[in-house]
Amino acid sequence: MDELIFFINKVLINGTVIGSIYALGAVGVTLIFGILRFAHFAHGDLMTVGAMFALIVTALAASAGFTAPVPMGFIVMPVAMAATAVLAIGLDHVFYKPLRDKGTRPVVMVMASIGVTLMLQGVVRLFAGTQSRSFYIGEQKDIFRIAVPIGDARRTITITEPQILLIVFTAIVVVALHYFLTRTRRGKAMRAVSDNPDLARVSGIDTQMVVRTTWIIGGGLAAAAGTLLSLDVVLKPDLSFNLLLPIFAAAIVGGIGQPFGAIAGGFIVGFAETVSIFNWALLLRPFRDIWPEAIEFPTRIAFVPTEYKLAVPFFILIAVLIWRPTGIFKGRQF
Amino acid sequence: MSGDYLIEAKGLFGGYGGADILRGVDIAIRRDQIGVIVGPNGAGKSTTLKALFGLLTVREGTVQLNGTDITNAPPEKLVPLGMAYVPQELNVFGTLTVEENLEMGAYVRRDDFRDSLDHIYTIFPPLADKKDQAAGELSGGQRQMVAMGRALMSEPSLILLDEPTAGLSPLYMDQIFDRVVAIRKNGVGVLMVEQNAKQALAFADVGFVLAQGDNRFTDTGAALIADPDVAKSFLGG
Repeated sequence: MDELIFFINKVLINGTVIGSIYALGAVGVTLIFGILRFAHFAHGDLMTVGAMFALIVTALAASAGFTAPVPMGFIVMPVAMAATAVLAIGLDHVFYKPLRDKGTRPVVMVMASIGVTLMLQGVVRLFAGTQSRSFYIGEQKDIFRIAVPIGDARRTITITEPQILLIVFTAIVVVALHYFLTRTRRGKAMRAVSDNPDLARVSGIDTQMVVRTTWIIGGGLAAAAGTLLSLDVVLKPDLSFNLLLPIFAAAIVGGIGQPFGAIAGGFIVGFAETVSIFNWALLLRPFRDIWPEAIEFPTRIAFVPTEYKLAVPFFILIAVLIWRPTGIFKGRQF
Repeated sequence: MSGDYLIEAKGLFGGYGGADILRGVDIAIRRDQIGVIVGPNGAGKSTTLKALFGLLTVREGTVQLNGTDITNAPPEKLVPLGMAYVPQELNVFGTLTVEENLEMGAYVRRDDFRDSLDHIYTIFPPLADKKDQAAGELSGGQRQMVAMGRALMSEPSLILLDEPTAGLSPLYMDQIFDRVVAIRKNGVGVLMVEQNAKQALAFADVGFVLAQGDNRFTDTGAALIADPDVAKSFLGG
């Protein structure tokens, strides 16, 4: 029984948590790609900067003596999301829009976004240094241990408060995004621009507004993902750069330009990671007594060692693209 | 006199940055008229429509809509002024449903456009049954109906159609031409480029025969069909 609970903790809960983070990031990447036609490499750093905004406001709130039943970082998250959305629109205005107006090729835009990545990382290090920071200033992270009253189980299903908040937030985002994209005038206009920008223009759709909306959603969700991840672990300046590649893998697996594909891709990549580094030998332990002596009892069966976790999304990516060249949700073709 | 024209373009010169494709094109139609632009490949027919709709730079010449100068105004300004354009290719949002396509046509309107939706479904009955289907899944003729419906949703006074029957079977071609006449009956001016010159000139109030970026003949549709020079050179005898 303990082994099963360990599996639930390590694979199901961790997979849902990291999958949610990937999904929130990949939605932004895929929307930006759909509307602006380039891979936005600075997306990971929007996460870091967003989390940094949240940390600053949290510190201010803590020093002002505010307390709340949920982590302060979560309460102030909307402020960080708004600030990051404004930053994203500003970055677009200063760096990407001038290139776009000149009709620059997408590859140049990608290079520009790598430049923005380096710049944002530099700015974060300049102001915040390189050390890790915790969101819990005078607060304590709640960890829920749910006892399982079956058999002789001693382990508990363990989930932290930020993890619960993350999963609930992601679920709300999925529903809200669906409503926005299929029921509202602005959401449908976004899909129209993503589908056929020339026709959107001749229909009189305000493409500037659509671009702004894209950055608001992308920047806001990046800030939320960065904040919620930092609440669960700690905030490191390179936190989200390591997330960037799995997030791109998730967006492509789901079908580039497809927001719900990105969400599905995020969870596929997240679960693939946790499943592949899980030590499956643990699940054999209950059978140790009846194990045939001729075969040595395995102590470690994992698909890949933990150090190679980052390779898993790309394995999934290649496997999916061989099976469906435009991703699971039939995304854009190149 | 000139104030009577719905659209009037005089002496248009322009192209895509290189040599001029249009070399002095004149187009003028009155309210509730159907104008048809015909001519050989490369005559500048589609380019003329694009020039009127601000999709390429007019280097010389003027365009007036209802007497207002709109030369080189961008499409997003022209749609609210009552102009709509249906490109020849990629003229529907393939991943959006039929109804969403029509709603995007009404994007510039902030009023309730449900009446217009019903109106489009009466003009194009096949669309009513398919309103929740993705436009990309429809047949070529039905896609053309979606494209025309989308353009009509902005309640234009003038609709520009670029080869609406290209690639359609003769059956669908007749249907589309019927719809064009119906659109005009509802008080919308139509300016269309058409490969099926004879059939289109038959119901055209004004016909423009272009060749090498300039008007070769301009007259009523019936007169152009009757003109032996036009027939010999441009209508295949």
